[in-house]
Amino acid sequence: MADSSRILTDEMVAEIKAFFPRYPSRQAVTLPALHIVNEHLRHVPMQAVVEVAELLKLHPAQVQDTLTFYGFFKQDAPCGKKRVWVCRSISCALRGGEEVLSAMCEKAGIHPGETTEDGRLTLEAAECLGACEQAPCMLAGNDLVGNMTTESGQEYVATLD
Amino acid sequence: MPEFEPVLLANIGKTDSHRRSVYESGGGYQALRTMLKDKSAEDVTNLVKESGLRGRGGAGFPTGVKWTFLPKDHPGPIYMCINADESEPGTFNNRILMEDDPHQVIEGAIISCYATRATTAYLYLRYEYPLAYQRLQQAIDECYEAGYLGKNILGSEFSLDMYLHRGAAAYICGEETGLIESLEGKRAWPRIKPPFPAVEGVFHKPTVVNNIETLACVTHIAARGADWFKSIGVPPDPSNPRDPGSFGPKLYCLSGHINKPGCYEAPLGLTCRELIDDFGGGVWKGRKGKAAIPGGISMGLLTEAEFDTPLDFAGPGKVGCLGLGTAAVVVLDDTVSIVDFLHNSCRFFAHESCGQCTPCREGTSWSLRMLERIKAGRGRLKDLDLLLEIGDTIGIMPGTTICGLADGAAWPIKNAVRKFRDEFEDYIKRTNPDGWMVTEPVEALEATGIH
Repeated sequence: MADSSRILTDEMVAEIKAFFPRYPSRQAVTLPALHIVNEHLRHVPMQAVVEVAELLKLHPAQVQDTLTFYGFFKQDAPCGKKRVWVCRSISCALRGGEEVLSAMCEKAGIHPGETTEDGRLTLEAAECLGACEQAPCMLAGNDLVGNMTTESGQEYVATLD
Repeated sequence: MPEFEPVLLANIGKTDSHRRSVYESGGGYQALRTMLKDKSAEDVTNLVKESGLRGRGGAGFPTGVKWTFLPKDHPGPIYMCINADESEPGTFNNRILMEDDPHQVIEGAIISCYATRATTAYLYLRYEYPLAYQRLQQAIDECYEAGYLGKNILGSEFSLDMYLHRGAAAYICGEETGLIESLEGKRAWPRIKPPFPAVEGVFHKPTVVNNIETLACVTHIAARGADWFKSIGVPPDPSNPRDPGSFGPKLYCLSGHINKPGCYEAPLGLTCRELIDDFGGGVWKGRKGKAAIPGGISMGLLTEAEFDTPLDFAGPGKVGCLGLGTAAVVVLDDTVSIVDFLHNSCRFFAHESCGQCTPCREGTSWSLRMLERIKAGRGRLKDLDLLLEIGDTIGIMPGTTICGLADGAAWPIKNAVRKFRDEFEDYIKRTNPDGWMVTEPVEALEATGIH
């Protein structure tokens, strides 16, 4: 792209535009667009918000308003290569979910919500992941890992690529 | 009563149960063919109305009746929003249906769109279900290939498009108008009703919002008829003219301190104890049950003595719970501290309150702060009264909030403190021997668990 200060690549723009015919309003493409940017950049920086708004014919503030509602989208720095959510809601908590999260944080040397210095891993506490029959569980990227123990959690951190 | 035959989980466990070919080989999409060929949209709506099907998402509103709230002869478009933002702690039945039998859900969705004359369906799926996302997208693609979606479905006049829309990890998007706002690209702040979505929903058009399991039930009602559906479950209580009954099969989620956690199908009206003992193999480690969440954490708590409560739409309410909710039972064994339970519940709701209504935003946050203080050994007996004051005053029942999230936050507080008051008092006196009797305001602890 000619303008080097732009963040959205042609590929991202094409992916976002592919959603336009699905909805009678451009604003409805906000979440899909934020997801697309997030998939590529592992966060949604302010410049991306401005460019998404331009595509959707919105004010940047409207996109920013939506973005900040969902704690999901990080803005300041990219998430780790692997974003891991460890469930802390009731079914997992009853079977040791909070201990799994603590053990993993200890192994990775970070607090919940933080990213390791090498950028490999972001560890976050999650509310119910909807896999209570496999409690305690975590969602590592797209992979659901169930029936965890503090040991298996630490092993996951230790062997992460 | 004849032997119960599971239908919602019938395909689960078959090889490639998520593929169209497997679904069709078991008779899948025959009901859709029959409905499009032989029945009018009104016929289908009446069929679902007659069946007595009540929404499986938590509120239990009669599905067919909801459909009749759509304006007559509307020029369109009418939208269907399929609520797959299953986020209630303890609940995973919709995930199982979407991952392992998505066509059962989609067939019901297409039939429901035909009945309601919806021409576009958005399936709002929570972000936390990546496998369901992949399987549903594949299933939708397979349906377009087979002519079950798109223009002139199976040669009829009826056309329908279906799109997946991913959420971004916010519990409030399961509230139907929060879902609509989120779908429109805004913050998911629930709307003041009326107007209800049936009159003005997404994109200012009439909108039906139905849950995944509800739509799966529609598939079987279309295939087997309203009488079959009504032969299962619990008829209306004759002494309560407002009880529409609890008909049909239900997916019960069972988790927590149980030997065999899982998703089980049974007729509505099964008791909590039957679910725990007959399906779940009893409380784990040979222990006794202390309490159970009857239908997702919002519904409150059953004590062990209340485990014989039938899990139908009317049952849990009779012992002070909010309702059946999602029928997700979470078992607490007798080693669990009720303080820890309530702390976990309050943390969840403080995190998930959308912040729109002050009583909910402040009530959930302050109840968490109090629980943090109690847990840290600085609780006072007065805190229990303050917690109950919050519990009794936030929500749509006391009339202070726009949506029911706050009622869901209030019920675990009210049930836990009222049903286990002695344990709270003992804990507070034991851990705060010098300060439990203080009634003057005290400083809050820093809330650590909200974000």
